[in-house]
Amino acid sequence: MTSPTGTSDAAADTLRGGPRRRRRRARTTGGGSGNSGVPLPLLVPALLGLAFLVVPLVALLVRAPWRSLPDLLTSAEVWQALQLSLVCATAATAVSLVIGVPLAWLLARVEFPGRGLVRALVTLPLVLPPVVGGVALLMALGRNGIVGKWLDSWFGITLPFTTAGVVVAEAFVAMPFLVISVEGTLRAADPRFEEAAATLGASRFTAFRRVTLPLIAPGIAAGAVLAWARALGEFGATITFAGNFPGRTQTMPLSVYLALQSDPEAAIALSLVLLAVSVAVLAGLRDRWMTTG
Amino acid sequence: MTRTARRIRHTRRTLQVAGAGAAALLALSACSSSDDSSSTTSDSSASGSSDKLSGTVTVFAAASLKESFTTLGEKFEKEHPGTKVTFSFGGSDSLAASITGGAPADVFASASPKTMKIVTDAGDASGTPATFVRNKLEIATLPGNPHKISSLKDLTGSGLKVVLCDKEVPCGAAAEKALDAGRLKLTPVSYEQDVKAALTKVELKEADAAVVYKTDVHAAGDKVEGVEFPESDDAVNDYPIVRLKSAQNTEGAEAFLALVRSAEGQQVLTEAGFLKP
Repeated sequence: MTSPTGTSDAAADTLRGGPRRRRRRARTTGGGSGNSGVPLPLLVPALLGLAFLVVPLVALLVRAPWRSLPDLLTSAEVWQALQLSLVCATAATAVSLVIGVPLAWLLARVEFPGRGLVRALVTLPLVLPPVVGGVALLMALGRNGIVGKWLDSWFGITLPFTTAGVVVAEAFVAMPFLVISVEGTLRAADPRFEEAAATLGASRFTAFRRVTLPLIAPGIAAGAVLAWARALGEFGATITFAGNFPGRTQTMPLSVYLALQSDPEAAIALSLVLLAVSVAVLAGLRDRWMTTG
Repeated sequence: MTRTARRIRHTRRTLQVAGAGAAALLALSACSSSDDSSSTTSDSSASGSSDKLSGTVTVFAAASLKESFTTLGEKFEKEHPGTKVTFSFGGSDSLAASITGGAPADVFASASPKTMKIVTDAGDASGTPATFVRNKLEIATLPGNPHKISSLKDLTGSGLKVVLCDKEVPCGAAAEKALDAGRLKLTPVSYEQDVKAALTKVELKEADAAVVYKTDVHAAGDKVEGVEFPESDDAVNDYPIVRLKSAQNTEGAEAFLALVRSAEGQQVLTEAGFLKP
């Protein structure tokens, strides 16, 4: 099981070290003249790949109904959906932090039988189609689910069709991003710091709190950003598990999807908002946390 | 966006036509001239099975047609060996959106004239759509009707978890019409993206009731219980069907349309709970 660690390192790297590395390379090759060294069989597919990722986003900008945009975006429903999306994604990230970081620590620092299997299970929601995740959540936490049945009869809590249900669905899909990112950072961090703390009389929990946590903070931040972004864009598990009701469970991706049915212009406008929010968050966090890490 | 999509569709079509070989190409070009008048002429060729049919017929159909159209598709394949009918079932509005966006389909059967109009307005339909069945709403509730639901008004009572289709989807629009007719106000827990999603929420016992089509209650068997209500008379949905302009298999599409409208096809549909047009 080296792949999850590798992926997370790469993911954290892109967020953390991307701009620095580019700067360094620009210095050594002396700017634009570096192109002569790139072999054509690599350059052509690389540019094709770049275009493949960028062109759809450009198309969104080109086809955006700029003139009617202010009207489309100032409607109450859009703000309601955006607000709900931001609140739910943040709550899902918070939930992921509280239970995901300890889980990552367990996977990275404690030897126990079947650890590989547990790690595979943790990463499963990452590759699972989100709709399947939504169905699975219904089976587990639905009013008639194997756990939800007891939640309902003991505490009167039912999660489907509630904002809490949206948070659950988003956390389910987004937490693996955080776990594998933090676990990768933990594995890369030198365990001797913790051992030193232990020899000085710190308990394992104190060592985690005072030594490990500050050490892996950049990895946690990178994981949290990935998880937040994934939660913000969550569609399949949300509509399956939490349904669709404006102001309660209708997040931005859901309203984009439903707007596309009747009013493509509104869907494009809503997509632009999501795009802008994602870009803003990535850019903002990159400057504040990632480059200093 | 549409331009790119159309170009992609064009390339795909060229590739497929090329792959089908010269014989298929000849057959296609031979029948493509009878574009608009074919709806009347094909009726005669439907009963006497023309053995020239081949290839795949791609049908985009409303989610509520799933069971009956799947049966009809099997019948069609049996009657015309060598053909294959592939279906894409979904909310009529999202199907209409993908058709106008360039999705390759031969036939479109929608659950409302309004969603069909999206396709005809975009100029993607060939000829005028014809109504082939009608569908009525019904309340789907839990088996045994534990909440004693007997009318649409009962759903407005507090404490019940009711799901409706989204207003953009035909079943949602029809439900709204029925509620208006009864001067009722209903706040559901969710507006689902299509009728099957609404029904599933009741099948899984997550919701206490859903307003769906009679045919969906029929298809769900004993997993849900149906409750009829008089307001549904004011919200009967017409189901139009049409061949699409971009159809790659024109003959197959016409033959499928003929089967749907034939006595045999109508029998399958009425058995599923649909009303005759």
